Amino acid sequence: MDVLPAGPEALLVELGDLDEVAAVGAALRDALDRGDLPGVVDVVPAARTVLVTAPGAREALRAVRALLDGVDPTVVPDRGAAGTVELPVVYDGEDLELVARDAGWSADDVVAAHTGAELTVAFGGFAPGFAYLAGLPEALQQPRLDTPRPRIPSGSVGVAGEFGGVYPRTSPGGWRLIGRLADDAPTLFDPDRDPPALLVPGTTVRFRDAGRR
Amino acid sequence: MTRELVVTEIGPQALVVDGGRPGWAHIGVPTAGALDGPAHALAQRLVGNPPGAAGLEVLLGGLALRAGEAVTVALTGPPGGLRVRRGDGRERVAASHQAVHVAAGDVVVVPAPGTGLRGYLAVGGGLAVDEVLGSRSADTLSGLGPAPLEVGTRLPVGPPTAIPPIGTGAVGVSAAPDAVRVRLHLGPRADWVDDAAGRLRAGTWTVAPTGDRVGVRLEGPALERAAARRGEELRSEGLVGGSVQVPPDGQPVVFLADHPTTGGYPVVGVVDPAELAVFAQLRPGSSVRFSPVETSPPDA
Repeated sequence: MDVLPAGPEALLVELGDLDEVAAVGAALRDALDRGDLPGVVDVVPAARTVLVTAPGAREALRAVRALLDGVDPTVVPDRGAAGTVELPVVYDGEDLELVARDAGWSADDVVAAHTGAELTVAFGGFAPGFAYLAGLPEALQQPRLDTPRPRIPSGSVGVAGEFGGVYPRTSPGGWRLIGRLADDAPTLFDPDRDPPALLVPGTTVRFRDAGRR
Repeated sequence: MTRELVVTEIGPQALVVDGGRPGWAHIGVPTAGALDGPAHALAQRLVGNPPGAAGLEVLLGGLALRAGEAVTVALTGPPGGLRVRRGDGRERVAASHQAVHVAAGDVVVVPAPGTGLRGYLAVGGGLAVDEVLGSRSADTLSGLGPAPLEVGTRLPVGPPTAIPPIGTGAVGVSAAPDAVRVRLHLGPRADWVDDAAGRLRAGTWTVAPTGDRVGVRLEGPALERAAARRGEELRSEGLVGGSVQVPPDGQPVVFLADHPTTGGYPVVGVVDPAELAVFAQLRPGSSVRFSPVETSPPDA
């Protein structure tokens, strides 16, 4: 575990893999929720890092260091309470054929692999409600598009690198798109809901084939 | 008579802002809030509001608002003034950085400042638009919060507060600068740039015309990838406001309040939080130099 400075009011914890990120991220988030880290505002897990911010309260980072010294990053947190979400998908994405070709599969194989996978929310970010889903079958772990699209419709389902994801709202993006959420899918982000994001770290996500492609 | 302001003219951009919505970066929600936080807080205090109350951030003026009831307003940011158009067609001019009383039916006009970019208009009682995740701020990246103002937008005003306004005697006002040197805390990815400290100390950059609330792009000497990191791809990681990110073309971007919560290009350094507000006011063509400093995370 390396701790890097991110300005005088934040630090970036660098870790070995997603499991370590989950362990350290959960330990920090739990301590924050318990009120043990006064002054800390954000705990932002990502692919190999956890960012901790304490705007206007740089002394608060000392308690973060002390907590990090006591965390065993190899102990994966129990997030049994995070639950399971099923998302119905219409598999008609613009890049479905590209993804199938690069996987060496048919489009039906891609759909079967995607709906057969049990994915886990690793972390959130990029846009409100966007979740990075780990556990994608290896053949679907494909690079981003060389040129991002300026406008990806809300509900688009894509893959990029080791992650799957769903665009909660219309935005630019470079993920390969294989489908879109069906009309009866649950809302991914609602600021009036608690929590506002449907997909929080640890949530199990399964995609269901809603047909028509 | 309604306690509201109605937009009758609009310039390049006017947004409702407050102290922002920190604490949601882990679900992808930017902090947002006033880019020039001290100017915003000062405007609020001049009209007797708490510093985090909601007001307006006005880019290059051009804004006019009709008051439904008598209100007190104050404009801060770069020095300048505002005009108050009376119902009988007469106009009076009032200085910035002081409380200005406006009668029902009067129109408050915010002209473009002579220096800088963004003025902050506060109204006694604060703007009472709906909160989203604890903040009334517009967010130009994610679209949360109130939409940018348009002609016809009605802005509800909250009840007057009992907080004494601060006096104007203590308020110093100076022209927004067109050349700055800012402290830059190296890291977390300074080692991804060849001789980061040396190049950052030596170079002078120019503010590009494409800046917005997400970030300001700087043009100047390219920050080249360190030999040891060439061809390596950084995985997306969390970013703080003031991060100076270096995309593949080597032209740095300084991230501001509406920045995405994560990014995939290396962050060479972070502008000192006490100096970041100046980027809200730097016009395109302004020059930026850095004083890089080494920062270590605190020990436990």
